[in-house]
Amino acid sequence: MSKARTSIARTGAVHVALIAYTLVALFPVFLTIANSFKNRNAIFREPLAIPTPESFSLIGYETVLKQGDFIGYFQNSVVVTVVSIALVLLFGAMAAFALSEYRFRGNTLMGLYLALGIMIPIRLGTVAILQGMVATNLVNTLTALILVYTAQGLPLAVFILSEFMRTVSDDLKNAGRVDGLSEYAIFFRLVLPLVRPAMATVAVFTMIPIWNDLWFPLILAPAETTKTVTLGSQIFIGQFVTNWNAVLSALSLAIFPVLVLYVIFSRQLIRGITAGAVK
Amino acid sequence: MKPRETTMDVSEIKRPRRWHILVFLLPALIVYTAVMILPLIETLRQSFYNTVDGQYAFVGLGNFQVLFGDPRWAADFWNALRNNCVFFLIHMVVQNPIGIALAAMLSIPKLRFSAFYRTAIFLPTLLSFVIVGFIWKLILSPIWGVAPFLMDIVGLKWLFAPWLGRPDSALIAVSLISVWQYIGIPMMLIYAALLNIPDEVIEAAELDGVTGWSQFWKIKLPLILPAIGIISILTFVGNFNAFDLIYTVQGALAGPDKSTDILGTLLYRTFFGFQLQLGDRSMGATIAAIMFLIILAGVSLYLFAIQRRMRRYQF
Repeated sequence: MSKARTSIARTGAVHVALIAYTLVALFPVFLTIANSFKNRNAIFREPLAIPTPESFSLIGYETVLKQGDFIGYFQNSVVVTVVSIALVLLFGAMAAFALSEYRFRGNTLMGLYLALGIMIPIRLGTVAILQGMVATNLVNTLTALILVYTAQGLPLAVFILSEFMRTVSDDLKNAGRVDGLSEYAIFFRLVLPLVRPAMATVAVFTMIPIWNDLWFPLILAPAETTKTVTLGSQIFIGQFVTNWNAVLSALSLAIFPVLVLYVIFSRQLIRGITAGAVK
Repeated sequence: MKPRETTMDVSEIKRPRRWHILVFLLPALIVYTAVMILPLIETLRQSFYNTVDGQYAFVGLGNFQVLFGDPRWAADFWNALRNNCVFFLIHMVVQNPIGIALAAMLSIPKLRFSAFYRTAIFLPTLLSFVIVGFIWKLILSPIWGVAPFLMDIVGLKWLFAPWLGRPDSALIAVSLISVWQYIGIPMMLIYAALLNIPDEVIEAAELDGVTGWSQFWKIKLPLILPAIGIISILTFVGNFNAFDLIYTVQGALAGPDKSTDILGTLLYRTFFGFQLQLGDRSMGATIAAIMFLIILAGVSLYLFAIQRRMRRYQF
């Protein structure tokens, strides 16, 4: 009996600790979004209050949408992220298939070579990347960003996908070979559909650093027409520092897509992280 | 595994030229080599070159000597390196233990709402540095007064200071913001490692009367050491490559008075120039080379020393 009571007390303490940290994690986000819907006076007088009919205001959002080309920035981010993920998944899966399916001279070495990029950040090559992009006239194009992000995403994608592809049954592939399928057909029609869950995990892992990156947009594509949301909001907020409504609204607009995607994909993402670590 | 190896051997004999392997590998190999590996090597090469008397020439380790010893460079460099080490230490001391504690609590069997806690605590990790940086800049701003107001509730208002604006506290404040953002990663990886401990091990421990705290310290902690190794090296690489958060919160000059300057911001200022300072490609490459060596040293230490020793626990 006493044992049960201490375990209830312990569970209670655990909940208190977890709730406390959850508040620490969520509070700043809540604060930003709540205040973005308030007028200037309410933001300063009662920062912790949620918007009421009296304090409700969309002035910040109006400023943001009028002054900054956020829809354009958003499109750039979507194009860069989607195309990069598609290339990472396609090229990464192909390379992972080659590494996990065939034995050939240099296989291990190739795997190690591709794995280098998991630990060594691509950022360290920025000096020469910029020179290369200048030489090929790719500065201030989305192509430059897509190339960099594809290269950045490939190492982890190859690593995770080849782990998964090793689990695809050999009997299935050999049955395909007996039926006269080419190696390409085996890859695209038999193996790819089976590793779809792993592809989703890789997609989420690849997406976050690309969407959030500030360094490469700042260096490779700072032009108005190629700004991503991250760079766009950085510069916009820098210019509107004193306009708190605009700053809070810009932040909320930047948070919003991430929040929506997270609500949809959080299960997938968390399962991906935990499954990946189990391997 | 065995049967596959034999079938592969057979197919190797049957088809001596397997072009499809090359086709599968080539796209990834080309993009990765052209955009990542070659620029990295080229950057390292340029750290040995500089402009001497208007001529671009090989200077050996000259750039490194300038960076380490020349009064115009050395102060900034050593300052950035020291700050970067502090930045990393704060992460190791604050982020990873809290992450482990959260994971340990979340992994309690049949804990209610644990999926909700997990999802909520991981959220900041997904936000960009720009968002995180500005949110905290606003919260800590004395103009808005949210932080002093909250501290007043718990009776700690006298402790409040404009931390981000003071040279002696700015680095700690920025590091803690980064910890707040990234705590989700150690939490998730340790959580996964804890779930991965076989039930039999825990049951055996319970039969022997090892429960609660001592169970965590004596049974679980040794078993999750490999995961702790992974989060340490991830933190190391991430920290010595950091830039965005400091750039957002404190600007390219990493103020106040360069007290939050780390290698990433120093690289940015050196390579691209800022305000009155002109961009310097060679010195930029030199700083990038130093960052490369630091990260390489950390990763090698992890792979050869730590991970090899920890492997034994795994199976």
